Amino acid sequence: MMNNKSIADLAKGLRSGEFSSLELTQMFLDRIKRHGSLNCYITVTEELALQEAKAADARIAKGDAMLLTGIPIAQKDIFCTQGVKTTCGSKMLDNFIAPYNATVIEKLNQAGAVMLGKLNMDEFAMGSSNETSYYGAVRNPWDRNAIPGGSSGGSAAAVAAGLAACATGTDTGGSIRQPAAHCGITGLKPTYGRVSRYGMIAYASSLDQGGPMARSAEDAAILLQTMAGFDEKDSTSVDLPVPDYRAGLNNPIEGLKIGLPKEFFGDGLSGDVAAVIDAAVNEYRKLGAQIKEISMPNLKLAIPAYYVIAPAECSANLSRFDGVRFGYRCSHPTDLADLYTRSRGEGFGKEVKRRILMGTYALSAGYYDAYYIKAQKVRRLISEEFKNALSEVDVIMGPVTPSTAFGIGEKIGNPIEMYLSDIYTIAINLAGVPAMSVPAGIVDGKPVGLQIIGNYFAEDRLLNIAHQYQQVTDWHQQRPKGFE
Amino acid sequence: MEWEAVIGLEIHTQLATKSKIFSGASTAYGAEPNTQACAVDLGLPGVLPVLNQEAVRMAVLFGLAIEAEIAPYSVFARKNYFYPDLPKGYQISQFELPIVGLGHLDIDADGVKKRIGITRAHLEEDAGKSLHEDFHGLTGIDLNRAGTPLLEIVSEPDMRSAKEAVAYMRKLHELVRYLGICDGNMQEGSFRCDANVSVRPKGQQAFGTRAEIKNINSFKFVEKAINYEIERQIDLIESGGAVIQETRLYDSVKDQTRSMRSKEEANDYRYFPDPDLLPVVVDEAFKAQVKTTMPELPDAKKQRFKDQYGLDEESTTILTSSRQLADYFEIVVKESACEAKICANWVTGDLLAALNRAGLEISDSPVSHERLAGLLARISDNTISGKIAKQVFEEMWRGTASADEIIEAKGLKQITDTGAIEAIIDKIIADNPGQVEQYRSGKDKVFGFFVGQVMKAMQGKANPGEVNKMLKDKLK
Repeated sequence: MMNNKSIADLAKGLRSGEFSSLELTQMFLDRIKRHGSLNCYITVTEELALQEAKAADARIAKGDAMLLTGIPIAQKDIFCTQGVKTTCGSKMLDNFIAPYNATVIEKLNQAGAVMLGKLNMDEFAMGSSNETSYYGAVRNPWDRNAIPGGSSGGSAAAVAAGLAACATGTDTGGSIRQPAAHCGITGLKPTYGRVSRYGMIAYASSLDQGGPMARSAEDAAILLQTMAGFDEKDSTSVDLPVPDYRAGLNNPIEGLKIGLPKEFFGDGLSGDVAAVIDAAVNEYRKLGAQIKEISMPNLKLAIPAYYVIAPAECSANLSRFDGVRFGYRCSHPTDLADLYTRSRGEGFGKEVKRRILMGTYALSAGYYDAYYIKAQKVRRLISEEFKNALSEVDVIMGPVTPSTAFGIGEKIGNPIEMYLSDIYTIAINLAGVPAMSVPAGIVDGKPVGLQIIGNYFAEDRLLNIAHQYQQVTDWHQQRPKGFE
Repeated sequence: MEWEAVIGLEIHTQLATKSKIFSGASTAYGAEPNTQACAVDLGLPGVLPVLNQEAVRMAVLFGLAIEAEIAPYSVFARKNYFYPDLPKGYQISQFELPIVGLGHLDIDADGVKKRIGITRAHLEEDAGKSLHEDFHGLTGIDLNRAGTPLLEIVSEPDMRSAKEAVAYMRKLHELVRYLGICDGNMQEGSFRCDANVSVRPKGQQAFGTRAEIKNINSFKFVEKAINYEIERQIDLIESGGAVIQETRLYDSVKDQTRSMRSKEEANDYRYFPDPDLLPVVVDEAFKAQVKTTMPELPDAKKQRFKDQYGLDEESTTILTSSRQLADYFEIVVKESACEAKICANWVTGDLLAALNRAGLEISDSPVSHERLAGLLARISDNTISGKIAKQVFEEMWRGTASADEIIEAKGLKQITDTGAIEAIIDKIIADNPGQVEQYRSGKDKVFGFFVGQVMKAMQGKANPGEVNKMLKDKLK
């Protein structure tokens, strides 16, 4: 089946004439229609996709194709796409047609990738279950009553269900890794600054990072290759050369030093997930890795620090949605204050409002030092802790989530419990280091992800380590029932 | 009781960069509304600011000019408030770590010299404009100005009168134009002033409660607004009231200030470092490089003009009031080989008078420095007299011809040929025997009659010195 092929095999098939991009694209569009009830897509750009597929076929025929040319992919609806509705999962932007392309979109367009559409997500990327989306929850293809994770829930579910060859995601506190784990796919959050944020609608600017969501480390490497790189439009993007991510995939990992922070394996972790992680670590041991228990005592401070810094940044980032220039505007405003309060009150969902309020509070006169400054200090401590740990070991491993995907509706009424579901992923964003989620097992029919955390700009190393694991295991090749 | 005013100024100077501080859009003034606002200026979802290096260079140049400390590490912060002409809902400014630290400026108010401290100067972006006219009760938003770079220059509360405040403001205005970092156009809002004013009994150390007067856009209004505010505060206190900390607006029509908002109503701006921008790092090499571009500053130039050209206080003050005028003068001196004092008289006299009448700046002068130099060269080599030169200058102002061309075409060349002058003098003596008689009998006044007659006969072109000498000989 074409929907199960790797990107490399799809590219081969396109070049050999086994199938055309048009056929491939049509196949994915059909699947998207057939599985519409998963609610993965907010917008399907059928016409545009077919146009792009034709152009890709012509380019392949001319012989100047790149690996992604003609490959049907989908974009998280947080990336601005010129001429296409870009909602960020919010009623606020339900009428927003972006007049420009995000840098990531521009790069993928230049590579000749075909865009199938825009993927569902938690509203403004604020959520861990995809339930805060204005467009409704996404269902997990492994268990339709379970959440797919969030905020890149649409991306993870679409890739798992074969509704796109791969997808873009963004990760502010785990939004690539957690849904990747819950949907049994491979996701990579790059080093902060590796992928341009230009045109990626900001949630928490110092933490947001775009990255690939794919079926394997190799596919993720191919997608990241195009997404990564310095962008003069993003001052926080880093001007370092992008290595050839596929070139190092087969490097031997013998002698690899893996650190297991004992704080990752404490009380909150479910036994089933712990067993999966143990087994995965054992697999690495067999591949010649050395395992070392380490301690990172400040990790416990990550969630409180994150829930000061991210809301503080978001409270300012979301001020531009005021009903004045674009997006939702309330009907018949009576004056300026009414225009602001009703446009924002009606346009934003509950979780977004909660975080704006938290952030506004944390930045207010008299509270700034106690919250924002303190949280920044904690952030530095956590960064130092990662630097120290990664000077002792090559990578850190652990779970991505404390349990498998919980049920839709289970935690949405309890924000604190929802926030705690990101306990293993959030610290990584505070430190800015790269991390992956790799499928490592299935418990009660639901996937479990292994988290691999590396040093700054060591994406090539992470992909290599994940790829080696995927050479000796087949968790990444498992497909949810009904989506084979 | 005797009162003393305490005044500090916050001056917003629009930096003369070609593009905006965080985007590539043009900063040119006066375009159709919303035609110079790109995605970044509009605050569209997903856009990011990128700092314009030229704005940093200008801020550093200013800092060096006021002998301030340049921060090796400064930070942009978000100042949060909602307003329709503020697209992002926050202004990117500098708060805790500004690029320019403590510096100073020396002023001269009515002959009294004083050093005014400058607390800081920081970079920020301007907002757009809200237009309340012509929209049938609605408000129009023009975002052309949004993102224009500003350098906000905050003084210490060192001024004690409206006169000092104006002297400081003028000095700063002169400086930023000298540095080429601001066009100084106050009508277009390129140079705007907020004044903090308080009063205290003379001799008291502690400051009184201050009021801030916002957005005053001329030197005259700054003086009037401050004077009004000082009187208002003194009257208030003397009648048993108390000044409250508030923001006030100056109404130039009524010549008074009125309350805009009190401290209690003031915004909590919730400043925090902008995570979209990296800290601005200014190293010694960059400072040294900027320093090499430092022009001669007004005070130094004024002193040099006195020393080098032997000019008086008044001429040097006028000539150094702008870099362009000073440059114009120096080129004229150099190219004309004419005495500097004569050049200064011409530039500060005839030229400036003509420019003022026409409402033109020196940079738009119809008579370029080459042309004026050409004219003054003819005075210095005695081709024409000063009087004829004025006539030539007027021709030059109206057209494009050079002084030489005009002198040639109109035959204005001074006649130094003694034979020609002698012939005319002989004729006039012969024609006016009565006057000759009077002169010879001791009526010296009649001498002027002869000079006049000779000059008239020679259409003013005779060398006056020569005429005098020859007449005296002949009339003996």
